Amino acid sequence: MKMIHAEKLVYEYDKRDEEGNVIGTNRAIDGVDIDVPQGSFVAVLGHNGSGKSTLAKHMNAILVPTGGTMWVDGRDTRDPAELWNVRQTAGMVFQNPDNQIIGTVVEEDVGFGPENLGVPTDEIWKRVEDSLRSVGMLEYRKSSPNKLSGGQKQRVAIAGVIAMEPKCIVLDEPTAMLDPNGRREVIRAVEKLRKEKNVTVILITHYMEEVIDADQVFVMDDGHIVMHGTPREIFSRVDELKSYRMDVPQVTMLAEELRKRGLDLPRGILRREELVEALCRLR
Amino acid sequence: MIRDITIGQYYPAESPIHRLDPRVKIVCTLLFLVSLFIQNSLPGYVIATIFLGCVISMSRVPVKYIVKGLKPIVILLMFTVVMNLFLTRGGDTLVHFWIFTITEEGLRTSVFMAVRLIYLVMGSSIMTFTTSPNGLTDGLEKLLRPLNKINVPVHEVAMMMSIALRFIPILLEETDKIMKAQIARGADFESGNIIQRAKAMTPILVPLFVSAFRRANDLAMAMEARCYNGGEGRTKMKPLRYKAQDRWAYVITVIYMIVIFAVGRFVPFKLWIF
Ligand SMILES: Nc1ncnc2c1ncn2[C@@H]1O[C@H](COP(=O)(O)OP(=O)(O)OP(=O)(O)O)[C@@H](O)[C@H]1O
Ligand SMILES: [Mg+2]
Repeated sequence: MKMIHAEKLVYEYDKRDEEGNVIGTNRAIDGVDIDVPQGSFVAVLGHNGSGKSTLAKHMNAILVPTGGTMWVDGRDTRDPAELWNVRQTAGMVFQNPDNQIIGTVVEEDVGFGPENLGVPTDEIWKRVEDSLRSVGMLEYRKSSPNKLSGGQKQRVAIAGVIAMEPKCIVLDEPTAMLDPNGRREVIRAVEKLRKEKNVTVILITHYMEEVIDADQVFVMDDGHIVMHGTPREIFSRVDELKSYRMDVPQVTMLAEELRKRGLDLPRGILRREELVEALCRLR
Repeated sequence: MIRDITIGQYYPAESPIHRLDPRVKIVCTLLFLVSLFIQNSLPGYVIATIFLGCVISMSRVPVKYIVKGLKPIVILLMFTVVMNLFLTRGGDTLVHFWIFTITEEGLRTSVFMAVRLIYLVMGSSIMTFTTSPNGLTDGLEKLLRPLNKINVPVHEVAMMMSIALRFIPILLEETDKIMKAQIARGADFESGNIIQRAKAMTPILVPLFVSAFRRANDLAMAMEARCYNGGEGRTKMKPLRYKAQDRWAYVITVIYMIVIFAVGRFVPFKLWIF
């Protein structure tokens, strides 16, 4: 079963003048086809303004396509009757941790989603406890979100989504505003979820290190999907990535430079251990 | 400065009053406020003092903390006392010099008035001290639910209140940040007269508003993404249910009201604010 499936997806934002009259359109997504199988981990890369967030918002029916079709778990997001089902199926975590926490107490925020779904009270408590435990935030359940670090807030936001028991989680640059520690916390929480609950994960990010475990990587540029493949395939095309103003992981970069200087290294090295191993094999 | 204001804040503690249903606290507080106005006699005030004293000692909120909550009304209080003291005439004259006259009635009224005002603030702040902001909005939502029938958006207003409560600290922090950023650019908020200072606030308010609107936009999107669709069909994680202690609180308050009303009948009924 395909979790997310888009065909010839197009989305145009209205361009407005000072008075708010529409003076044209701005095509943020232009003919995108994607396929995400149930239970997989997909990463989306792309430089600023390439349309990543716009694509993400389609997976949750916050935006509906102006052209083409988006199916989430087989449901057309344009169908108003399916709206709430789509949103329950695909949970969304946003970039700014402060602006997505609604409750004044951690546990109440996690309970917000299930409350909206009309889940019975006892069940809400169970879900809140489970999801806080799975992101390692159970001990903070009574705290005020204002007193948490960025990484902790983001994990609360993830717990808030998990409590709705989605089949798929879309994370739109969840680590962009965090320090390296917070980033590691969040990515670890996401990995754990994927293993334990078998949810489909769609991770939008700027950090190459976060995508090396992905099953597939999509690279976006100017509203198009310009590269698609496994992380190894993608990162072996260093020059192409550079042309889309993207970085590659430091290790990959180093291996690539060494290869250009004549060392016989394989393409698409992603981890430090791999590089060490390849270098040792050279002697 | 903003941090000094204790009125309207929550004081977390474990006490029988904290555990009461927020609805009980809201209704009983209103009844207590009414009780201050349906009588104006010494026995009445003695009863009110006993009632308030018991509630305060049960609530485990330090008296010092409650008294601090009176700070914002000090000026109003002094004004009321002085006006009543000199302008109310009746009974024997106690002091008389130049154009000022203090009569027995004036003294009585001004003392009672001061007590009434102080109890008013203390009574309502004991409610906010012992009820979490969420409890308060939940309680209000449930109490006002009948207004839904005449198209008052009760759930929406309650939701707005609780979101405001969550974002006040964030916006305060942001104000502080913007202020520092502007000071670093050479802005001066300390000197000049009131008008100059007010003008100096513009470079703070504009970015603050811009950021507040961006936050509001993000938050609305996050709420929608989590299936928020208004109050309809929502369940509650912490539903309000009356327990035995809540019924007792109502009973005690009603008895108090009856007693104070009876006292009010024996002594001439007066409704004076100033
Ligand atoms: N609300 C909006 N109204 C009009 N245009 C928009 C809006 N949001 C985004 N755009 C435009 O759509 C294009 C894609 O934006 P999008 O936010 O999807 O990019 P992104 O890849 O998420 O970028 P970033 O890395 O900065 O988050 C950009 O050209 C942007 O200017
Ligand atoms: Mg974005």
